[in-house]
Amino acid sequence: MNDHVPALRLEGIVKTFPGVRALDDVSFNVMPGEVHALMGENGAGKSTLMKVLGGIYAPDAGRIYIAEEPTEMTSPIHAKAKGVVFIHQELSLADELTVAENIFLGELPRKSLGRVDWRKLFAETDAILKTLNVGFNARTRVGDLSIANQQMVEIARALTVDPRAVIFDEPTASLTDAEKSVLFEVIADLKSRGVGIIYISHRMEEIFKITDRISVLRDGQYRGTLETAKTNEEEVTHLMIGRTLDLSRNASHHEMGDVALEVRGLSCGDLFEDVSFKVRRGEVVGFYGLVGAGRTEIAETIFGLRDPSAGSILLDGEEVRITSPQDAIRRGISLVPEDRKAQGLVLGMNCRDNITLPQVDDMTAGPFVSDGAEVAIFDLYRDKLDIRTPGWRQTVGNLSGGNQQKIVIGKWLSMHPSVLIVDEPTRGIDVGSKSEIHNLIRDLAAQGYAVIVISSEMPEVLHVSDRIVAMYSGRIMREFTSEEVTEDSLIQAISGLTGDKVA
Amino acid sequence: MNSDTRATLIKQGAIWAFIAVELAFFSIAGEFLAVTDQAFMDFDNMLLLLKQSAPIGIIALGMTIVMINGNIDLSVGATYALAAIVLLDSMTWPIFAGLGDWVIPVSWALALLTGTVLGAVNGLIVWKTGVDAFIVTLGAMLGYRGLVFMYNGEQPTSHLNWTLVDFAEAQFLGLHTATWFLLGTALVLWLVMTKTVHGRNAYAIGNNREAAVNAGIRVGPHFLINFMLIGFLAALSAVVFYSESGSVNPNDGMLFELWAITAVVLGGTKLMGGYGSIVATLGGVIAIQLLRKGLGHIGAGTETVNLVIGLILIAVLFLDRQLNRRGREALKI
Amino acid sequence: MAVLTRKGMGTLLARQGILVAFVLFMIGFAVANPRFIEIDNISGVIRSSAILGVMALGVTFVVIGGNLDLSVGSMMSFSTIVVLDLHDKLGPLLAIPAMFGLTLALGAFIGFLVGYLKLNSLIVTLGMLSAIHGLTLTWSGGKNMDIDDKSGTWFSIFGQGTAMGIPVPILIFALLAAVLGMILAKTPFGRKVYAVGGNGTAATFSGIPRARVVFFTYIVSSFCVAVAGLLQASRSMGSQNTVGQGMELEVLAAVILGGASLLGGSGTIFKTVIGVLILGFIQNGLLLMGLAFYAQYVVTWVIIILAVWLDIAAKRGRLLSPIA
Repeated sequence: MNDHVPALRLEGIVKTFPGVRALDDVSFNVMPGEVHALMGENGAGKSTLMKVLGGIYAPDAGRIYIAEEPTEMTSPIHAKAKGVVFIHQELSLADELTVAENIFLGELPRKSLGRVDWRKLFAETDAILKTLNVGFNARTRVGDLSIANQQMVEIARALTVDPRAVIFDEPTASLTDAEKSVLFEVIADLKSRGVGIIYISHRMEEIFKITDRISVLRDGQYRGTLETAKTNEEEVTHLMIGRTLDLSRNASHHEMGDVALEVRGLSCGDLFEDVSFKVRRGEVVGFYGLVGAGRTEIAETIFGLRDPSAGSILLDGEEVRITSPQDAIRRGISLVPEDRKAQGLVLGMNCRDNITLPQVDDMTAGPFVSDGAEVAIFDLYRDKLDIRTPGWRQTVGNLSGGNQQKIVIGKWLSMHPSVLIVDEPTRGIDVGSKSEIHNLIRDLAAQGYAVIVISSEMPEVLHVSDRIVAMYSGRIMREFTSEEVTEDSLIQAISGLTGDKVA
Repeated sequence: MNSDTRATLIKQGAIWAFIAVELAFFSIAGEFLAVTDQAFMDFDNMLLLLKQSAPIGIIALGMTIVMINGNIDLSVGATYALAAIVLLDSMTWPIFAGLGDWVIPVSWALALLTGTVLGAVNGLIVWKTGVDAFIVTLGAMLGYRGLVFMYNGEQPTSHLNWTLVDFAEAQFLGLHTATWFLLGTALVLWLVMTKTVHGRNAYAIGNNREAAVNAGIRVGPHFLINFMLIGFLAALSAVVFYSESGSVNPNDGMLFELWAITAVVLGGTKLMGGYGSIVATLGGVIAIQLLRKGLGHIGAGTETVNLVIGLILIAVLFLDRQLNRRGREALKI
Repeated sequence: MAVLTRKGMGTLLARQGILVAFVLFMIGFAVANPRFIEIDNISGVIRSSAILGVMALGVTFVVIGGNLDLSVGSMMSFSTIVVLDLHDKLGPLLAIPAMFGLTLALGAFIGFLVGYLKLNSLIVTLGMLSAIHGLTLTWSGGKNMDIDDKSGTWFSIFGQGTAMGIPVPILIFALLAAVLGMILAKTPFGRKVYAVGGNGTAATFSGIPRARVVFFTYIVSSFCVAVAGLLQASRSMGSQNTVGQGMELEVLAAVILGGASLLGGSGTIFKTVIGVLILGFIQNGLLLMGLAFYAQYVVTWVIIILAVWLDIAAKRGRLLSPIA
């Protein structure tokens, strides 16, 4: 391979969806034998870019060059044929088949009569597995392998085509430290073979450990490329979050009331362990951490969707057992869930009915639901939250993300909870609505609600919280007040580094 | 071994354990309640059992593949009946009058063709319209049955060809003709599922359809082939049975789909697709036939059998769910 | 103005396509055989659709809730046989509530399996189809049921009487449709059924007791089956034990024709009633045109496939599926 020509180059890529410019003139290249990180907040455009590269989306404008040859990626098979391979977050393997059959999925070597040439299949698979130095063999059933090993199978699959570029999307999310080392060795090996590697991740520690260059996307735009050896986390964060680095702390001060919710030693199997914290009325506690840190699982447990394996939950000082969401709601807990479409809304129903759903039993006149009372609630929250919709009859599925989120928030506010948990309040929402929702959260605290905000966006969590709980791998690493928190210490805490390793 | 593997092994072994339990139960119960003097586990009785398993067994084997795909076929009973009618009636058609006994292979071919075509219709509709297989075949269950009734109204269709009957009643190497067909089908399908690309792709498509599609596997033609296969097998089953019986009623084959699905699910294949085995289905077929025979042996009638089979299907679903529980870490949705 | 875009027109056509096709069919039938639009014929169709219609009302609840019920046909046979048998043993006054009790018990069992145990409703109700058939055979001893003294009882009023000039079955159908329609559209329970069928996860996250809601949809369905059994028994005062065989498919066809999505979350009682009538008139029209009786089944098959296909096609925006 020619080492001076990029293995892969994207130029001027534009991709729009109805109402959203997901990629705006993005250019980017990867050299053979380099590990190039692609970073950006949620919604910055990373996965859209990768889907364009992988042949799942066709770009509206721009070109892709493979070893400087202009190429159109028409499908994932085509992309693979051109030497561009993905290792996804959700593994695309068939559990029931063997490792060999998965590696050669769709390309099983044949004999006459459509029979599989098993000898050839296993021989070729063994050869590939040998180069990766893995602990399992070609005949193992994939479903019996650990996640880390399944990932190895995916990597092996990439190697069947002698790839030019391999793209890793958050590969370490479910790996132990030992498994991560193995992965990094494999990546180093690929590197030495001249494969160009794109590494998508949020984890600074890893990025600074294994990558050569870092490129950043923000709001669908390319923001710049840095050489890893010559930069630091602050500079990268700066690129990711914006020039006016709005890391302003939460500035408001108001009275805080009694402890509304207390959690002691709460555990749920492998998901989280020994979690303890308190939330007072009038306080916003932010939970920050990476995917898989256990934050959403804690919220789900408090809301009655999971049974804890140990520990206790106290509401207003009294220990309670929350058996179901119905139970939680009755006790005054509301949860604005992480995935508004799958968990927060019935997309086929209208706005009003979605908002009044949890309390529909209480809104009756005789045996029937009272239209008037329902519409009144809808009107109230439409005004309070500035929900843009032609009317209450509008099907919720037709609203924009921001307005959909407001419907979900309105739904739960209308329950007048004492404890409100909001999981990723502004995911996938435009900037304007984002700040509206942040102000709303602060207002709620001022009104005396006890609020928990779970977020993966640092500016957000810094901006709205009175206190921040940093989680990593199912445990609480540290708690910060809004005065004492710093970006560095926060990032270190959620990356698993304890206080004594401060740079 | 992790709990997944353990669950799989339990399920794979389960069907054979169940059969053993049935044999024991009916043998013992038979001592007290039997209608006849014969012991339940009489050798001839068991041979007969295999023969009687053939009609539903052949269909169930085909259903296994369709279900591994993640589909289902509710029209097999109607296809069975229609193929039977074509088989028997075509032997009386004037065009074939001069063929004598050579009409037999011709009629067989026509019947098998009928089944294959009916299956192809289902397969094409599923492929091209994207409508779920269960609705497509639910409608076909009605539509094909309509064709059956349209053929000869509510009258039976009959024709006896003694050469054919002799062949069907014969025994080769101690096993009945029908049994040979059952075992032959099982062997062929087992080879297909474990040794051919088509068979391995079936698991891939059922397991992780997106991955299969992204890997370039063409799902549409694959489905079409499998529906044609089960249509063919439904017709084969009819050919095997009616060659001997010589008379078909328009209501015949009713609920065959239920029996076939029960055998498949009993054998451990999952409804969601991607998992299943021909051998296990064979076990399921034998288990069900044992049940029928056993209940008959102790004096229970068809009504009890219907009741028991229905409840068994439900019980299997329940057990399947219990063995698949993900434990405390699952959301209580 | 959204309607005038190509996609909009397609959606409109697909959604109302059934109605349009139906109107065209009706005109065609009337032209082919003027007897089609005679009052006698029309009221005859409505009356014979009543029993199917009553069952379809109940199944609508189940389908909106995101499930299926293939057991309704054999459950209806059960109800018919049981009430006929008990009529002679306990008298009509006791027989009717007893039959309702038994039928509802069956519905409760299914509701428990699908709602609380979360078993697959297709397979469960398929299994129950067989099990209940077995029950019916056991109860009837394999024989047909007949009321001994047909003229000496008021039992026939349900299936054969008229009130205010309208046949009682039609009145009952209309009444039940009105009541169930109100329940579905205007009560909290109805709202919850839509939510559970539309997005079961979101419903749970909103505190809705999903299992209980599904359970009650099967109670409603079995109640309707009991009514249908009563009407049937009362109409013929005697019955074979396979009277309801195959009806589950026609019921489903009517519900689908009415536009309910088999994925759950949409449909209304009114639309189901339309679907029932459409099915009835099409079958009747074909008969009057001289088509063989059983050809209806073939036509129903085609209708089911077309109706679901168009519904799916409208939702995804393209006619043919994207399956490679």
